[in-house]
Amino acid sequence: MSAVVAEHDDHHDHHDHGPEKGILRWVFTTNHKDIGTLYLVFALVMFFVGGTMALIIRAELFEPGLQFVDPNFFNSMTTMHALVMVFGAVMPAFVGLANWMIPMMVGAPDMALPRMNNMSFWMLVAGVLLLASTLFMEGGAPASGWTLYPPLVLQTGKAFPFAIFSVHLLGVSSIMGAINVIATIFNMRAPGMTLMKMPLFVWTWLITAFLLIAIMPVFAGAVTMLLTDKFFATSFFDAAGGGDPVLYQHIFWFFGHPEVYVMILPTFGVASTIIPVFARKPLFGYASMVYATGAIAFLSFIVWAHHMFTVGLPIAGELYFMYATMLIAIPTGVKVFNWTATMWKGAMTFETPMLFSIAFVVLFTMGGFTGLMMSVAPVDFQYHDTYFIVAHFHYTLVPASIFILMAAGYYWLPKWTGNMYNEKIGQLHFWLSAISVNILFFPQHFLGLAGMPRRIPDYAIQFADWNMVSSVGAFIYGFSQLLFVYIVIDTIRGGTGKVTAEVWEDAAKHGLEWTVPSPAPYHTFSTPPTIIPTEHIVDH
Amino acid sequence: MKKTKQLLACSVLLASGLESAHADYTLNLVKGVTQLSHRLYDLHMLILWVCVAIGVGVFGTMFYSIYHHRKSKGHQAAQFHESTTVEIIWTIIPTLILIGMAVPATYAVMDIDKVEESEMSIKVTGKQWYWDYEYLDNGIHFESHLDEASEKTHRVSTMDPRSVPNYLLNVDKPLVIPTKTKIRFLFTSSDVIHSWWVPDLGWKKDANPGFVNEAWTYVEKPGTYRGQCTELCGRDHGFMPVVVIAMEQEQYDAWVKTTLEKQSQGPDLSKQSRASLLAKGESVYLKNCVACHQIDGKGISGWYPALRDSGKVIGNVDQLIGFVQAGTSKMPAFKKLPANELAELVTYIRNSADIGNNVNDEFQPCQALTLDDLDELFPDNDDAGQQCKEHGEVKPTAKTASAAAGS
Repeated sequence: MSAVVAEHDDHHDHHDHGPEKGILRWVFTTNHKDIGTLYLVFALVMFFVGGTMALIIRAELFEPGLQFVDPNFFNSMTTMHALVMVFGAVMPAFVGLANWMIPMMVGAPDMALPRMNNMSFWMLVAGVLLLASTLFMEGGAPASGWTLYPPLVLQTGKAFPFAIFSVHLLGVSSIMGAINVIATIFNMRAPGMTLMKMPLFVWTWLITAFLLIAIMPVFAGAVTMLLTDKFFATSFFDAAGGGDPVLYQHIFWFFGHPEVYVMILPTFGVASTIIPVFARKPLFGYASMVYATGAIAFLSFIVWAHHMFTVGLPIAGELYFMYATMLIAIPTGVKVFNWTATMWKGAMTFETPMLFSIAFVVLFTMGGFTGLMMSVAPVDFQYHDTYFIVAHFHYTLVPASIFILMAAGYYWLPKWTGNMYNEKIGQLHFWLSAISVNILFFPQHFLGLAGMPRRIPDYAIQFADWNMVSSVGAFIYGFSQLLFVYIVIDTIRGGTGKVTAEVWEDAAKHGLEWTVPSPAPYHTFSTPPTIIPTEHIVDH
Repeated sequence: MKKTKQLLACSVLLASGLESAHADYTLNLVKGVTQLSHRLYDLHMLILWVCVAIGVGVFGTMFYSIYHHRKSKGHQAAQFHESTTVEIIWTIIPTLILIGMAVPATYAVMDIDKVEESEMSIKVTGKQWYWDYEYLDNGIHFESHLDEASEKTHRVSTMDPRSVPNYLLNVDKPLVIPTKTKIRFLFTSSDVIHSWWVPDLGWKKDANPGFVNEAWTYVEKPGTYRGQCTELCGRDHGFMPVVVIAMEQEQYDAWVKTTLEKQSQGPDLSKQSRASLLAKGESVYLKNCVACHQIDGKGISGWYPALRDSGKVIGNVDQLIGFVQAGTSKMPAFKKLPANELAELVTYIRNSADIGNNVNDEFQPCQALTLDDLDELFPDNDDAGQQCKEHGEVKPTAKTASAAAGS
């Protein structure tokens, strides 16, 4: 995936050369493109690790009865699948995109804090490896769900302190990454690149970075309290000592709700970047997109207890969190309407990035609809902790975040490698993914409504048929992602031929990254660009 | 072959727009059997149709555009990129729709909250991994475990779940409630967080250790209503169902009477055959021990000790009984296990081929008792107690028994 091209430019001084040779290049690199590549490759590997866990879950649920795994290992799988996908795959993938694209999009030579950039990547690797190592410890990996609710999480075996330390490492890594994004955007923009001219991917990442800085310390604090409850005789979450297990849930979801937006806001940004290019039209309502993102980010901090409607909230709490949650539908609706209006009367073509982006808009909206249904507190007394919820959040994560990450991969791979990917296999990958993801998750709505709880390794016979359908979809979806790996390797090796600097028709009107050669040189914008593309903004 | 057929049937269903003659599953929310659950169902349908309508509008527009405004058809791109009017319209309309949804939802929330004026109260305690029910008005108190057939089937991979009626949704002792009565439930837990859910009643409620939650129901129609624990509570979270049987008041009163009678009776101390001891012992084991020590008695390495070839199990029997009754820091104390169940259990774990022990002995209910126990159980020194003493099978006193255990 990396573009290894040393730039021999007379204007540069002697210290400014291409990448180092050998493996140490990747260990010590401070180059934003190298680090971006590291993040993306790591995320892709973790996507398959987390995906394998998902397939173990779906294999066990293929039929009623316990066939393959022990119930405790099953619980470990649901826990680790979530943690690996959230902290190992989706978040790092977006950090990788941020590393590669934000400097190029704002006309900066690199990220503002390159050494910290390197450190945050390697802390991520350490954190995820530590987490993965708990699988091999006595008593197994954490099996309390990714929410780590006490008192259940305190029954974890030897893995407990290791899992908590790994959460600390992941948190520090995320915070450093977020600081870097903010510092880069605030300090390194090319002259003329005002805030309201920035591409939406940059905007959404700026807001995401603030979310991360606000929430990661909260999560770290919550798990530290778990640690002291277990080993130092505190009673934050133990009623016997005057604590309250529900307190943990409040703290966790104060982190957890913004956290899920950390995974979806950059998704919005990429979709807003890709759709105008293939519709050959400016993005509709640029300013309202920015404000809607800000509104969603703000709302994400004041709705947390909608994850806890059945925990025994006072009636005022039920009502407040219901109303606040419903409000999210408004800015989110604005975004969906804006994307539709961007396509309206365009001159659309349907290359793989566009296909994934359109599927994202449709399927994310479906996840949004079920989200709206769940916001209604009294009905959530039925939906809560069933497969309806599982279907909901997977619709907002898989055909949303993951699809957009795939779209981003196809969209920028030619810029990164200088070669075109194989469009035919790309489209095959899209259609297989789009169909199977619905076979996988749509029946889960039925299961949840019919009464199947989440996180159970075995189920009553009336749930058998849809579980089988869902598992079939899971295996088709999982294996068709191998096509993406093939395409990436094939494209690095030459793909279907060299591409121009612009790659996509008139793309240079939409973003600075299309004004530099393909593959992007090791150092770009050592001198700031003079012309800022303004296709995507109001320009009377 | 059977699987292939099912698979085929499923894919056909999927393709044919989900029309189905199959009675086993439903596609939509459970309608339930209370007024409240019907209201929630209506609310659910209202929002569902609102979402469908919005979806048809948005996706319809999008697909029209995708079909007509494509470059391959020679469509020229327009260059408009904002319209304040349109933006205001599509902010205001959703707001109005949301207000329309919030009004009935608010009334429903207020109704769910009304636990006052209930006619009876039941305390529900979640435990790893069964429910404990206590009728606060009449003193009925019992545990409700997964039924034996499901328990065995999910633990033995060669058994077919499809042959078990209500697999994983059946219990040994269901919760019995009267119809047309407002019942208040109090929820708590003695270990981790559980959640008590019967879809037909329309709600679930978390059982938090150290705190009490309330909820209420009013069931119109007699029937059996099934549900499950819905908050991940550890290894056997999937195996602690809830079964509620709603009866007409008369039948309920009769049930209360017989249950109270049974509850006040002492243990059945009559002599049993070895086969009966072993068979009943298996039931006791499946209910109380199998979750940790497993069906083969091998336990789980690093978590729960094995019973197979364990010195504690096949060694001194009085010591074993004391151990079971006292518990450890990890194992609950089974003090309340009646003498007959204790004797059956001990016989079973020492002699069952399933557990893998063969001490070749047996224990009668009387042998699980001390003279002190007998005096406590049968203060009037009635027949059952007398019988035991006549058998000469009773341990002399608690003190001498523990002295013997210590030696």
